[in-house]
Amino acid sequence: MKKDINKQDKSTGLMGWVDERFPLSSFIKNHLTEYYAPKNFNFWYFFGALALFVFVVQILTGIFLTMYYKPDASQAFASVEFIMRDVSFGWLIRYMHSTGASLFFVVIYLHMFRGLMYGSYQKPRELLWLFGVAIFLLLMAEAFFGYLLPWGQMSYWGAQVIVNLFATIPFIGPDLAEWVRGDYLVSDATLNRFFAFHVIALPLALAGLIMCHLVALHEVGSNNPDGVEIKNLKDKKTGIPLDGIPFHPYYTVKDLIGLSVFLIVFASIIFFAPEMGGYFLEANNFVPADPLVTPSHIAPVWYFTPFYSILRAVPPIFGSQFPGVAAMGLSVLIFFFIPWLDRSKVRSIRYKGILYKKWLAAFVISFIVLGYLGTVPSNIWGQFSSTIPLLGGLDVATFFARIFTLVYFLFFIMMPFYSKKDVTKKVPKRVTMR
Amino acid sequence: MAKNNKKFDINRRKFLLAATSATGAVGVCALGVPFVSSMSPSEKAKAAGAPVEFDVSQVPSGEIKTAEWRGQPVWIFNRTEKMLSTLSDKKILTDPESKSPQQPKNCQNATRSIKPNLLVMVGICTHLGCSPTPKLKNGGEMGNNWEGGFFCPCHGSKFDLAGRVYKGSPAPTNLVIPPYRYSDDKTIIIGESEPKKG
Repeated sequence: MKKDINKQDKSTGLMGWVDERFPLSSFIKNHLTEYYAPKNFNFWYFFGALALFVFVVQILTGIFLTMYYKPDASQAFASVEFIMRDVSFGWLIRYMHSTGASLFFVVIYLHMFRGLMYGSYQKPRELLWLFGVAIFLLLMAEAFFGYLLPWGQMSYWGAQVIVNLFATIPFIGPDLAEWVRGDYLVSDATLNRFFAFHVIALPLALAGLIMCHLVALHEVGSNNPDGVEIKNLKDKKTGIPLDGIPFHPYYTVKDLIGLSVFLIVFASIIFFAPEMGGYFLEANNFVPADPLVTPSHIAPVWYFTPFYSILRAVPPIFGSQFPGVAAMGLSVLIFFFIPWLDRSKVRSIRYKGILYKKWLAAFVISFIVLGYLGTVPSNIWGQFSSTIPLLGGLDVATFFARIFTLVYFLFFIMMPFYSKKDVTKKVPKRVTMR
Repeated sequence: MAKNNKKFDINRRKFLLAATSATGAVGVCALGVPFVSSMSPSEKAKAAGAPVEFDVSQVPSGEIKTAEWRGQPVWIFNRTEKMLSTLSDKKILTDPESKSPQQPKNCQNATRSIKPNLLVMVGICTHLGCSPTPKLKNGGEMGNNWEGGFFCPCHGSKFDLAGRVYKGSPAPTNLVIPPYRYSDDKTIIIGESEPKKG
C-alpha cells in the first residue's frame, strides 16, 4: 500500500535525487503529512510538542553557556557571574536556560497528568508510557546535576543532601556516596563529573529515549480525550482512520498556536521574573559554595519538592534514614507500574466512574500540598501541643506531609481495586467533539 | 539446504555462541573496571584526607574553633564545668550511652571525649549532611527547656553539648566523633587513632 503511494507521486528534481539515496519523502509522509492523529485533541495535547520544544531550547542555550562556563570549583561561581554581567546577552541565555529548566517540569507534569486523565498508558501504549517515565527520571537527574554547576550555597548543599541519600543505603551506602562524589565531600571532582553528566551523558541518553518515545507513539498512534481507538474504524477505500486528520498541517499549525502562548509565558518570566520569587533561582545560590557553612534553610527547587516532602515525612526506622530514601525513590518509580495497576475497562476519565475521579483529585491535591510543604521548613505550622496523645510535640506540617504521603501512595496501591470496582460509562464508537 | 543442515551440530553451535558471548561479557566487565574506579577519590583527594594537627590551647573555655579535615568542619569545643553538668539529662536523648558506633572506642563515655572538657566532633548533621549551628546558651530562641547544644537548620535536628541527638529529631544518630589523639598536651592529631598500647 505504502509503496504504491510512493510510486504514484514520485518526487523529481533535488527531492528525487535525495529520495533515491535517503527515504526523505516517505519519512515526511509517514510521520507528518500522512500520519493520522485523532481529530479531537484538546488543550492537554499541547504539552508533548512543547516538551520537545523546551528540550531543544535547553540544548541550544546549554551549548552557548558551555562556551563561557568553567567546571572548576575555584572558578565556577565567578564564571556564571561573568556570563551574567560581561558576556553579551549572557544574562538572556542563562535566564532562558534556568527558566527553561523549570518550565520543562511544568510541561512534563501537565503532560503526565494528561496521560493519567485519558488512560494513555493502557494497552497498547504501555511501552510508550515506560519510555516517558524513563525520560522523566533522566530529566530529574539532568536537573539535579545541572543545579550543582553554578556552585552557589544551594547548589552545594543540595548536592550534599542528595548524594548523602545514597549513603543511607544499607551496607554499600557510604562507599557508593564516596564513589559518586569522587571525594570525601562534594568538591571539585564532584563538580567536574556532574558537568560531564549534565552536558553530554544525560542529554545524549535523553535524546535517544525521546526518539524511542516518538517511534513508539507513531507505531501505536496517539490516544485522545475519548480514549477511542481511531484505528478501529477506517475508510474502506483509503485505509485512513475516519476520525484521523494528518498531523501536518492540522496539528503542526495548532501546536504553533500553543507554542505562541507558551512563548509569551516563557518570555514574561525571563524578562520580568527570572528568579520567580526564589522558586526558579534560589536566593542562597547567589552566595558562593562554602563547605563549612550550611545555609539556614535548605530547600530543593520547586519541581523536586513533592518527592523531597515524602523523604522528610518518613521517620527514621531502626536508626536508619533509608526508609525515607526508599519511599522517595518509590514515589517516582511507582509511575512505571501504572499500566498494570489500572484495571479499568475504559481509558478516558470521561467514561470512568466517580471513584477514579475522586482518587485522581486526591492525588493531585496531595502532590500540590507535598510540593508546597517541601519548599518550607517543617516547623512552619508550629507543633502540636504536648498534651495531645501520640501527636504531642510533632510538627504540624510533618503530620500533614505524612497524611498526604499516604494518599499519594494509596492512589497507586489501591488502583487495581478502585479501577476495577468503578462503574464506567459506555464509550462511543467514534470520537466526540466538544 | 536441508542436506547441508545435517552437517551442523546445533548443540555445538549453541555452546560456541554461549561461550563467545560469555567471554565477551567478561571482557566488557573487565573494561568497565578502569572506568568505574576512575570515579573513586583520586590519589590527590586521598592525600588531602590525611590527618591534620590542631593546637587545642588556642580554644578559650566555653568556645568552639573549627578545623578542617577531609573538607569537613571539625569542631574543637572547650566545654566549661557548667556545660558538662548539663550532660546528665538523658531522658530527652535517643542514644545517651553512645551505643551506636559514631565515635572511637576511647570516646564512648559520658562526655564523648578523651579529655572531659575538650570535645572533638565532626560538625555535620547525621541526617543529611548539613552543618548544625551551635546554640550554646540555654533558653532564648530555642525555648526555655534548652540547655545549650546544636541545632541543625536544615531539618530541625537537635543535639546536646556532647553531640548526642534529641529524641524526635530527623537525625537518627549522634554526631560523629572522628578518630583523634593527643601528640602532646596541647596538640591533637585529627584522623589518627591512639596507638595501641602493648
